[in-house]
Amino acid sequence: MSRIKKWLLSISPSLIAILSGIFAGFIILLISNPASAFNGLVVILKGGWNNGMKGLGQVLYYATPIILTGLSVGFAFKTGMFNIGASGQLVVGALMSIYVGINWTFLPGHLHWIVAMLMGTLAGMVWGMLVGLLKAYRNVNEVISAIMFNYIGMYGVNYLIKSSDTMYDILRNQTVNVAKNAVIPKAGLDNIFYIVKGRFHDASSVNGGILIAVLIAILIYIMINKTAFGYELRACGYNRHASRYAGINEKKAIVASMSIAGALSGVAGALMYLAPSTGMHIHVTEVLASEGFNGIAVALLGMSNPIGIIFAGLFIAHITVGGAFLQSLGYMKEVIDVIVGLIIYFSAFSLLMRDVMTSIRRKHGRKVLNTEGKEAKC
Amino acid sequence: MGEYIIEMLNITKDFPGIRANDDVILQLKKGEIHALLGENGAGKSTLMSILFGLYKPDAGRILKNGKEVNISDPNDANRLGIGMVHQHFKLVHNFTVLENIILGVETTEKGMLKMDAARDRVMELSERYGLKVEPDLLISDITVGMQQRVEILKMLYRDNEILIFDEPTAVLTPQEIEELMLVMRGMADEGKSILFITHKLEEIKKVADRCTVLRKGKMVATVPVATTSVEEMAEMMVGRKMRFTIDKDEVSVGKPILSVNNLCVKGAHEKNAVDNVSFDVHEGEIVCIVGIDGNGQSELAYAIAGLMDVESGSIKFMGEDISRARVRERNDLGLAHIPEDRHKYGLVLDFDLQQNLALKNYYAPELQNRGFINFPAVRKQADMLIEKFDIRSAQGADTMARSMSGGNQQKAIIAREINADPKLLIAVQPTRGLDVGAMMYIHEQLLKQRKEGKAVLLISLELDEVFQLSDRILVIYEGKIVAQLAAKDATPQLLGLYMAGSKGESA
Repeated sequence: MSRIKKWLLSISPSLIAILSGIFAGFIILLISNPASAFNGLVVILKGGWNNGMKGLGQVLYYATPIILTGLSVGFAFKTGMFNIGASGQLVVGALMSIYVGINWTFLPGHLHWIVAMLMGTLAGMVWGMLVGLLKAYRNVNEVISAIMFNYIGMYGVNYLIKSSDTMYDILRNQTVNVAKNAVIPKAGLDNIFYIVKGRFHDASSVNGGILIAVLIAILIYIMINKTAFGYELRACGYNRHASRYAGINEKKAIVASMSIAGALSGVAGALMYLAPSTGMHIHVTEVLASEGFNGIAVALLGMSNPIGIIFAGLFIAHITVGGAFLQSLGYMKEVIDVIVGLIIYFSAFSLLMRDVMTSIRRKHGRKVLNTEGKEAKC
Repeated sequence: MGEYIIEMLNITKDFPGIRANDDVILQLKKGEIHALLGENGAGKSTLMSILFGLYKPDAGRILKNGKEVNISDPNDANRLGIGMVHQHFKLVHNFTVLENIILGVETTEKGMLKMDAARDRVMELSERYGLKVEPDLLISDITVGMQQRVEILKMLYRDNEILIFDEPTAVLTPQEIEELMLVMRGMADEGKSILFITHKLEEIKKVADRCTVLRKGKMVATVPVATTSVEEMAEMMVGRKMRFTIDKDEVSVGKPILSVNNLCVKGAHEKNAVDNVSFDVHEGEIVCIVGIDGNGQSELAYAIAGLMDVESGSIKFMGEDISRARVRERNDLGLAHIPEDRHKYGLVLDFDLQQNLALKNYYAPELQNRGFINFPAVRKQADMLIEKFDIRSAQGADTMARSMSGGNQQKAIIAREINADPKLLIAVQPTRGLDVGAMMYIHEQLLKQRKEGKAVLLISLELDEVFQLSDRILVIYEGKIVAQLAAKDATPQLLGLYMAGSKGESA
């Protein structure tokens, strides 16, 4: 099999999933307002392009946290676990980084935002590690404990904000701004992603966070595929018994992989709330962070491959931004949410598509593979 | 017609890589106890699963009272009056005995359960067949013997007239076995027809009327039990195949490598799976543990390899106590293990061949550089092993383990284990499900290890294999070593008797 063909084959389940999602979205468009359905579809598919370079910047901005939560979920998948706790890990990481961002003003210059981000990462890591410890040493199903930790995280964060003298903005019921030094640098991206409005540059919210997210994705890719540690984690994920037989400590592997998954969600939270001048503050509301759950869709669409996850995150951000422009065609916000949700939902079926495709291919011949001692041809 | 209540004619069933049933004929008379005898893997369970509707045969017909029937799931089997007591009971543990018996066939009135009528019926059946049960106890609180009686009552409650018993005595004490035999006889006298799957010859002799022998998926014969001796049946079961002569050089036996002392390992039931076992394996020697499947040999192997906890006793490896050592420590000391279940333990099926071949040494300096796996070295190792051990696959080192044939998967495991240059090689059923060519190859490899002065512990269910390879033979029965023989003093008949527990140097 040639390289290109192999590559096409590996991403085609995702493409089929996306196409079927778009088709389902189109049906909803038709039902709610047939006259502008086709235009609506074009608007969604144009995504960020609807608003030039600024729109593109928004796509990158929205993609940043969901790439990271996607990595978090995908990484746990690779090691045989389902991390549904990205939401809690994200908000705990966010709180920690905001705390550092507001209070640790003794940190000079760039060190401030770096430390704030790292502390957020660490907090998310602890939150994920707890789930891993429960799974490894008490055999508690990680889905159950992660869901509980989502709520503990959310309510705990609300409590800590409200009872804090330095962080709580009582008028707006949210956290106050972080110190200037604690804001992620724009890294010059605001000079690329803007549109001209009169005499002003109307820049998008994109910042250095997207570069950090992409860098982390590449690092995770290297860790999973190139290191001995990654090899152990993958072996555990595919076959726990064989890993034990090979002398791999599977309990350690479970704790390590949940800790890393938590850290990835934690850094997502940090990058979201340390973003510059976008009014991102933790609101004291009783809602779980949706970025955590979108991470599941991103991971499924990217088929748990870190590089695939970068593109999956960009695609879902693209559709989300595109959806926002639908309002200009008179679609209600709720309908837009349904359509975007449907496309994301269908996208998550990539794995199912892959299984269907393999079984179809298997049915068409290839029985040779099971004949003992003979050379099997592919 | 009319003589047989069930006939299975020319049944053939293929699984990938193996023909489990090959043109098998089984005819069950009304009111008889019919034994189905065969070694592990002979196709007994497959045949019964076909009769019970769990598998569909690739060829062949099933007749009931001379009329062809189609059994596509267990419900069909139930409608035809076929019931089965599985080897592993299918009971709801937090239900009572009574609730379990009526489960699925509850008598109801206006949607409400009518337990009283059901209870009367169960008690009546229990009395008639001598199946003592306590209807109101929870399944989790009663003995294994009573659980089995509940399973039997389930069949009787459903008016099944053809009763399949899948190795029913494996989990019972001798007294319970005695009782079960009486119950089976009683049911047969009442006109029920019984199919009795077993490999214990004693029991067949005691209770069965006729016996069908299977070997390697083929039917050998159906014989009347009264006029056939235990030795004859054993011979039919094991088979007098042509011997493949492998050169077996004289090797001088060296110092002990593995010493197992008074080892006990806990089993799934109350009793110990491995019960006070002691033995040594020396350099240049193949020691074989034979026994009927489920007598503790798997647990013994897992305990030595470190995959199961030791309850008491010790395992010494070259003088060092490894009873509590981690798996990795044991491997690094020079213990290699060809596991019983190659898919569960031996391979990561979703890894490619090269990564599977590195499973035991990916962390070693030659394959690793500051935490990064040296993939060119992994590939080089794989190519070398593929060449040396003749592992065949579609895409060489890049082939997914899952897509390889069973024989080549096993070759890969053996290549990996031998490549580690172990002091001791534990091989558990290393040729299970393999064809003759692959089997020969694996036997040669084991003998080569012996020649190189390695210690080999072989656990096998195939007597042929045992005779070809072993220097010493230990027979395990119910977790105990009941006999130790030099290979030249052993005969299949003798081993068969020890394995069936009907002869033993009482431990």
